[in-house]
Amino acid sequence: MATEQTKLVMDGLWNNNPALVQLLGLCPLLAVTGSVVNALGLGFATLLVLVGSNLLVSLIRNRVADDIRLPVFVMIIAALVTIAELTMQALTYELYQILGIFIPLIVTNCAILGRADAYARKNPPHLAVLDGLSMGLGFGAVLILLGAMREFLGQGTLFADMHLLLGPMAQNWTLVIIDDYRGFLFAVLPPGAFVGMGLIIAAKNTFDQYQKIQQLKAHPLNEAGSKRVRVTGTIA
Amino acid sequence: MALVNISSPHHHGLSKTSRLMGWVLLATLPGLAVQSYFYGYGTLINLLWASVLSLGFEAIVLGLRRRPIMPYLTDGSALVTAFLLALALPPFSPWWLTLVAVLFSIVFAKHLYGGLGSNPFNPAMVGYALCLIAFPVSMTQWAGTEATLSFSQQWQWFWLEYIDGGIDAWTRATPLDLMRHTKGLTLNEVASTNPQLGLGLIANMWVNVAYLLGGLFLLAIRAFTWHAPVAMLAGLGLCAGLFHMGEPDLYPSASKHLLTGATMLSAFFIVTDPVSGATSRKGKLVFGAGVGILVFIIRSYGSYPDAFAFAILLMNLAAPLIDTYTKPKAYGHQPKKPHSQGDK
Repeated sequence: MATEQTKLVMDGLWNNNPALVQLLGLCPLLAVTGSVVNALGLGFATLLVLVGSNLLVSLIRNRVADDIRLPVFVMIIAALVTIAELTMQALTYELYQILGIFIPLIVTNCAILGRADAYARKNPPHLAVLDGLSMGLGFGAVLILLGAMREFLGQGTLFADMHLLLGPMAQNWTLVIIDDYRGFLFAVLPPGAFVGMGLIIAAKNTFDQYQKIQQLKAHPLNEAGSKRVRVTGTIA
Repeated sequence: MALVNISSPHHHGLSKTSRLMGWVLLATLPGLAVQSYFYGYGTLINLLWASVLSLGFEAIVLGLRRRPIMPYLTDGSALVTAFLLALALPPFSPWWLTLVAVLFSIVFAKHLYGGLGSNPFNPAMVGYALCLIAFPVSMTQWAGTEATLSFSQQWQWFWLEYIDGGIDAWTRATPLDLMRHTKGLTLNEVASTNPQLGLGLIANMWVNVAYLLGGLFLLAIRAFTWHAPVAMLAGLGLCAGLFHMGEPDLYPSASKHLLTGATMLSAFFIVTDPVSGATSRKGKLVFGAGVGILVFIIRSYGSYPDAFAFAILLMNLAAPLIDTYTKPKAYGHQPKKPHSQGDK
């Protein structure tokens, strides 16, 4: 059982990362990652909704007929998103206003419905929660990475306005990396998000490829069975 | 009679990429000279810097892609991109502006799409458009014509972005800007109240004539066919002429449109790009006309200093579609008649 759990965590964070591999939830990912604080806020909200929906879907998995499962899942997700939205409105009102439409739009994040349908409805609650947690963390990590890249390139700062999310203690967290930076508007605009996202995916793929080659070098594949001479077709 | 070498192709000449690119570089020289004469050393410094960067980035990316470096580096395509960018960027570009433009042209617009021959967009125009969106202030600082910076002043501005008295004393609005943002005046009133417009138009005219000469030279050695440039100039000229006839106080005449800004540079050096443009002759006509019409629309109603980067990128997007509908008929085949299939 422990291996199943490790696999879930590894899948969510890396091997089957919702943002980098499944490419789900791109709309919020690209729209709100202009700064670290926006990314963190949306990532956190998504994480909560994902864990909650996975748990609830898993609990009712034997009660709901297959034919109507999608509307039921969407209603569960919508209820959770409403909770998250109202909570953010109450606790972090300024951030809520910055994120705007993208909080209610978490409902349409395919990653959430995808996990509910692909995993939670077939597995017991504790595994479903772990799956939601790792997927949510994986998604949030990419959000924050992209947010940091775009904030750094676009405005020359990091962690600006963190007090919107974390309260007065984060008032002085703003790191001005480059003094007197005039801004790179392209990184702030959505096209910059596409390019940044592409670069992150490319970096991940390169790393994976490199690891695979190293692994093959360390443990060369021993082909099962005897080798036969190929007698038909062309040999590439 | 012995017939030697009877298989096609029968004509020789510009078959090598490097030779073609070399001719293109050569043909930009008159324009470069005139531009430097009117606007100072900025373009030359830009050109040098852009060429160094362009070759450097090209070599780095080729290395990363594990491609042979020297054959691609010496084919001249990176240099052509650098030249076009340097000629299009304002003379007062600081070093980092050119760097960003070249980086995006070579690495993103060219090599991420597969390198020379596979890029759907003209690399130089991608770099230019990106800078126009990202650094609007630096991209609209065009030089004045009446006094140019000395080489050392230009060099200092290029690296430090500092100059005695501030750069504002040396920058001027371009004629296109003046004619677009008339502040409620008619064009004649703008011309009479603002001597800058007349001076700018004359300088622009000579620059464009020089590019026209370079372009005609390329046309004469058959570096490209006449279709795309002529269609572009006709599209722009016709639109401008029609609107000018209707409302001469508001719309500059066709000749002003054709001889300001980057018209001739684009018509002969960018619209003719064989990679990102349309392929067939009919397609080139459509492609060129589309660019011309879009340029007129963006110049007249948009708020960017010149319209070519966006017009060309938009038509690059449309090029595959144009190619689909303008596929030439194969020799010996009848065109398909509609509704004629299925004779019962």
